[in-house]
Amino acid sequence: MKITVLLFGIVGDLTGESRLEMDLTEGASVGDFKIKFHEKYPILKEYTNYAIAVNEAYALDEVLLKNQDVLAVIPPVSGG
Amino acid sequence: MNSKNISIKLTSEKLSAQACSDFVDDPSCGGISVFVGTVRNHSAGKKVTLLEFSAYGPMAVKEMTSIAKDVLSKFDVLKIAIHHAKGTLEIGDIPVVIAVAAAHRKAAFEACQFAIDTLKERVPIWKKEHFEDGEVWVNAHP
Repeated sequence: MKITVLLFGIVGDLTGESRLEMDLTEGASVGDFKIKFHEKYPILKEYTNYAIAVNEAYALDEVLLKNQDVLAVIPPVSGG
Repeated sequence: MNSKNISIKLTSEKLSAQACSDFVDDPSCGGISVFVGTVRNHSAGKKVTLLEFSAYGPMAVKEMTSIAKDVLSKFDVLKIAIHHAKGTLEIGDIPVVIAVAAAHRKAAFEACQFAIDTLKERVPIWKKEHFEDGEVWVNAHP
């Protein structure tokens, strides 16, 4: 299945991307995405200090993904 | 979004504390608490030249709306406005305004504080500080 991933803040800077498409196996979870994401961008190394949103809502690792889901990698927020 | 009692805004235009206060003002309310965030000229001992705010727009609006609804259900208040700026802001500019109106001041004060505290934890907006010798994302590293 195909998902879209939006990258923000320092993660956008480190990877040099703001938006990418990724292929995942059916039944993949947010946790599975994170593993593949770190494989694709070794520059992130042990930088795991971010949250994930799926279709504009925060999601934990166990959440299962569907085709055409839109993920966002959300580093520590600093609004206000 | 605007409902009768909630005004949410994420904008590249200048914010107005007066507009937020006017929105929440109501004859049944005896007090309006307004928090105005301002860009200060220093951070951790260094001189800040400007701030850059970026946002995951649609989700930021969703989260601010959710916080507003949470405030209306948790506190004895009538209306709330949460407005946040995006883009480049200079020293003295206003990145955020929160206004809450209630019949009595205690609830207005507490609700306003809750709203800004929660916004700073949850809303997907990021601040980049620019100094004379470089720039850094606030909170990016533990």
